[in-house]
Amino acid sequence: MTVYIMCFILFLVGLYGVLTRHNLIKIVIGFSVMEFSCFLFLALIGYIENGVAPIIKEGLENPVYVDPLPQAMVLTAIVIGLATTAMLLAIAIRIYKKYGTFDIRKVNELRG
Amino acid sequence: MELIPALYVVLPLTGAFLIPVVGYFVKDFQKILSVIITLFLLIYTIWFFAAGYDSPVITKVGGWEAVDGIPIAIYLVYDGLSAFLLLTVSLIAFLSTFYAIGYIKRFTAENNFYALLCLMIAGMNGVVLSGDIFNIYVFLEIAVMASYALVAFGTEKRELEASFKYQVLGGIASLLILFAIGLLYWQTQTLNLADISLVLRSGSHPTALMFTQALLIAGFGLKAAMIPFHAWLPDAHSSAPSPISAMLSGVLIKAIGIYALLRLFFNIFLMTYEVSLLITVLGALSMVAGGLLAIGQGDIKRLLAYSSISQIGYVITGIGIGMLIVVNGGNKTIAALSVAGGLFHLINHAVLKGLLFLNAGAVEYMTGVREFKLLGGLSKKMPVTATTSLGASLGISGIPPFNGFFSKLLIIIAAVRAEFYTLAALAVIMNFVTLGYFLRFQKEIFYSKEEFIGKLLYNKLPGTMKFSMITMVILCVLLSLLVIPCLRDIILNPAVEVLMNTGEYALNITGS
Repeated sequence: MTVYIMCFILFLVGLYGVLTRHNLIKIVIGFSVMEFSCFLFLALIGYIENGVAPIIKEGLENPVYVDPLPQAMVLTAIVIGLATTAMLLAIAIRIYKKYGTFDIRKVNELRG
Repeated sequence: MELIPALYVVLPLTGAFLIPVVGYFVKDFQKILSVIITLFLLIYTIWFFAAGYDSPVITKVGGWEAVDGIPIAIYLVYDGLSAFLLLTVSLIAFLSTFYAIGYIKRFTAENNFYALLCLMIAGMNGVVLSGDIFNIYVFLEIAVMASYALVAFGTEKRELEASFKYQVLGGIASLLILFAIGLLYWQTQTLNLADISLVLRSGSHPTALMFTQALLIAGFGLKAAMIPFHAWLPDAHSSAPSPISAMLSGVLIKAIGIYALLRLFFNIFLMTYEVSLLITVLGALSMVAGGLLAIGQGDIKRLLAYSSISQIGYVITGIGIGMLIVVNGGNKTIAALSVAGGLFHLINHAVLKGLLFLNAGAVEYMTGVREFKLLGGLSKKMPVTATTSLGASLGISGIPPFNGFFSKLLIIIAAVRAEFYTLAALAVIMNFVTLGYFLRFQKEIFYSKEEFIGKLLYNKLPGTMKFSMITMVILCVLLSLLVIPCLRDIILNPAVEVLMNTGEYALNITGS
């Protein structure tokens, strides 16, 4: 149980980073921490004690397999996460070119 | 003719792939292909409404049959509620794409615009059709990823800032949803919506489920821009190019926010009093705060964006009242009336707000500015825009022959009959506030005495822009016909029945 709670704490650490940092790149890093805590959680829920990789092999007596579905989910989620991070960084670079700074406090054209 | 739900996803996805590749060599390919795809999907949807499909159509992707009653394949489910949302999406998608032909000429990279638009449509259709919770997440990411890029399409200071803000908040929402999906899989050992529903209905009610539901409400609430989660919406929706604003405000927040909430909390989870109360309160809060924030805005598109929050509040309040009545064991017909009012307002708002954003786009196209201070007296110079936006403004403020009146009336009648007098009073008062800020919108842009100082950029609007606006204002009047019983039975009632017969969704899918 502890490991799941720590996973959620990691999620909150990432959220804290996103909400309190002023640098665009640090926000992206905080976001990635949140993302990876989610992946970790998904990978953990499929794990079974003493389980082996879910591939049928000769010579195993009544093997216990880990759940392969969360692993497939994690792979999909990682691909999506890659796209999200790439998109965030692309926009951050464009912002740097226009404003000349990564500081979120100076990027404030929109108000209200 | 057989209905193939997969077509709704495959066609726009193919379009999104072909447009940048073939469009590079063939001139005007991107416009023709995207208009053909959206028009085909619209006609396809209307055809099946006319033919009348009452049983859900289920496609098992990959053809894997269920083993021992446990579904293996990813399901695509076309039922009354999905069909209703697909009609809304296809309608606004076609009209916005057609409008974009004239509007988007002044931007470079037209290929990318149409490709991203097709991608967004594919994602939304996928969310609405999917019968698998992880698949909903994947399609949702496809739709929002395209919308992040489209918000930043102008690549000026404001657009980039809005897109970054939108991405961070939208990303947090997506991760909350992913976390909730993980928790849900942990508890039920399945991802199929119907199967989750059966497991939850047969087993005990673990406390961790409350946490999952809270995460889902926060996640989809952020996507639907309910009031404590609304900060990104005014920036994102006002910075996007106008046809995209119409898509974002008109359908995106509904297809990925409200639809998912409806499906999950009516058909999958057992309804609880706490959740129903929370949804109603959030809805009422959005309705009031969104309207009040809209009053003082100086930018026409920001005013429209805040108004979207308020009108989405009406939809959620209508649905929340329905949930409260069902949970308290009250009269089912009143609950059905309230949910019908909510769904009716959903399609009305899609058309009305779509039209208003297209009007704002036309004003920006001709004058190059969006501030109320700089605009004025345009009714002579832009008669089509002035007339259509007057129709839409009256419609959204609930003036009788237009559709907005009937949907708000249904919600208010249901609230009064269920004895939620405060909510009914709030809905009426906010309607007058809406009328107030839309009269200001009309007066300061089209009918004020001070003329617009600058020079008009073009002599006249392109024909495609006029066509979309005129079609939409006609639809505003025609949609009020949905209150007539025979039309209501075809379009609105199947969707309401799916929601009101909460457990039947799962039985229909696993049974067949």
